[in-house]
Amino acid sequence: MSRAEAPALRTGRRPQTAAGFLALFRNELHLTFRRLRTKVLLGILAVLPVLIGVIVKLNTDGPHDGGGGPSFIAQTTQNGLFLVFTALAVALPVFLPMTVGVVAGDSVAGEAATGTLRYLLVAPAGRTRLLAAKFTAGLVFCLAATAAVAAAALATGAALFPLGEVTLISGDTIGFADALLRAVLVAGVVAASLAGLVAIGLFVSTLTGSGIAAMAATVGLVITVQILDAFPQLDAIRPFLFTHYWLSFADLLREPMYWDGVLKDLGLQAAYVAVFGTAAWSRFASRDISA
Amino acid sequence: MTGTPVTGDVTESAGGPGAESRPAPVPVPPSSAAATPSAPASLPGSGSDDVISTRGLTKRFRGGQLAVDGLDLAVPRGSVFGFLGPNGSGKTTTIRMLMGLIAPTSGVAAVLGEPMPQSVATVLPRVGALIEGPALYGFLSGRDNLVRFDAADPTADPRTRSQRVDAALERVGLAAAAGKKARAYSLGMKQRLGLASALLQPRELLVLDEPTNGLDPQGMREIRALVREVAAEGTTVFLSSHLLDEIEQVCTHAAVMSRGRLVVQGTVAELAARAQGRLVVRTPDVAQAAEVLAAHQVAALVPGEGRVDGELGDRGDEALPKLCAALVEAGVRVQGFGLERGTLEDAFVALTGEGFDVAG
Repeated sequence: MSRAEAPALRTGRRPQTAAGFLALFRNELHLTFRRLRTKVLLGILAVLPVLIGVIVKLNTDGPHDGGGGPSFIAQTTQNGLFLVFTALAVALPVFLPMTVGVVAGDSVAGEAATGTLRYLLVAPAGRTRLLAAKFTAGLVFCLAATAAVAAAALATGAALFPLGEVTLISGDTIGFADALLRAVLVAGVVAASLAGLVAIGLFVSTLTGSGIAAMAATVGLVITVQILDAFPQLDAIRPFLFTHYWLSFADLLREPMYWDGVLKDLGLQAAYVAVFGTAAWSRFASRDISA
Repeated sequence: MTGTPVTGDVTESAGGPGAESRPAPVPVPPSSAAATPSAPASLPGSGSDDVISTRGLTKRFRGGQLAVDGLDLAVPRGSVFGFLGPNGSGKTTTIRMLMGLIAPTSGVAAVLGEPMPQSVATVLPRVGALIEGPALYGFLSGRDNLVRFDAADPTADPRTRSQRVDAALERVGLAAAAGKKARAYSLGMKQRLGLASALLQPRELLVLDEPTNGLDPQGMREIRALVREVAAEGTTVFLSSHLLDEIEQVCTHAAVMSRGRLVVQGTVAELAARAQGRLVVRTPDVAQAAEVLAAHQVAALVPGEGRVDGELGDRGDEALPKLCAALVEAGVRVQGFGLERGTLEDAFVALTGEGFDVAG
């Protein structure tokens, strides 16, 4: 542009535009996925299904020892598409929440630690808007992480095992295209069942000025909750633990699909988002930013 | 301590640190402020043209530490306002309260006429700030850092973003290094990038907290030139520093903080004038000269090596020839005789009774 700079200051109030409001959300996504750390985490998640696929392949090529592994793994040898479900079932309890804990836990605390938080706030990003942008980026990361696992599993499964009609847990058989749709649906449910953890991570992140501490606390919490979920003595509280219904996605591999557990899971996640989202907001909106 | 600083006049908290050990200050004649626009003679908060005004602004941190204590600050529009004080005197805490980052324990603050921190969304888009040094995303380029801070402002137009970012980079002399990762920047470059983010939009107020910290003398000169340039465009500049000569070089107004309290505020000329000129007599007959000067009511005599100096008090320049004649009459071999003008540093020491770089 060759327009000469206006000599007088064009100060005064500028209107807030929708595009301007959304710019931070876009930029937050950009920031999250530009980080080397995010790329490494997604890379690790993508390697996991390859590893599982290779191990299953090597085991079935050798003499069959008849050991009773998870039903998904046995099915994988007949149909590569089942590697998607196997990989998600393996990644969901540990690897997926770990990566999500890192990203969500660091989201606010990391910015506080480097001091960039104060510059975002005087820009002014708006505390609620910034938190919303962080939460959105966390959800998108959940999707990306789940997609990384699912896509790598599908590619590995297709390379190592036959594809074709899929025999469901209920014994029915559906076509490959139909089964692929179910895989997408399952991946979506898995991503959504991490939403509660994003909110928890965000809340923890507003409590401390250290990104590492927030990440460790969030990941530690995931592990603790899953240990608690393993105690039958805690039956009274187990249905309220955010990890309790995580593996209910397997019910979508029945004919007809059995939605009970999945809906309970999604409802529980929504409750966690509401509770910890509000906690994060009330903490962050009133906090003194002295870092 | 009950003294309340009042804008327009140089005032001081009664019983401020060091006040007991120093002679009472002489009222400053208004003519001494001729070089700079006079501050509005109103109480803080009531002046409609104050860009920043606070009343009784206080911050007590958890743990009981009183960081800022009853601050009444008034920064007139169009001024280059120096916010002066040793490290730890409460400057940065004050700036954080003005920028809505921390909530005051008591008292009120208004920026651009609107209460803070309630009005951050409408006020801060018109304010550029550099607070406690630059903070950047090391894994992003300098340019992308600015893009991010600009995207954080919901009133910033995304269509003009890249233009404005380029202009800001150009302005601080970083255009050539814009594509480099910020972690590879030197401290001086980081400081400039921080300044660039404060200049992404035309601003009504620029708040710069120790902007020359960590810079080499050349970098300091450049930043000061930039501050003057921005001020010449009509932007009010609020500049905190612990460097007296910095304030003296670029500021029209100044306030001095000490241990969380405002010691004084006014125009720089008024403040410097308050460090009274001292009468200096150069002579080998030190003792004899001191005797004669004492007999003529020259106070606070300090005999030195080949010189005596003292305070003239409120007597005007017409007293000087008589004094000189008296010295010569008494047989003192006068080799030099005259007034030495005070500096802001003298004023500061007179006001706070402490040196600089002392944590308060």
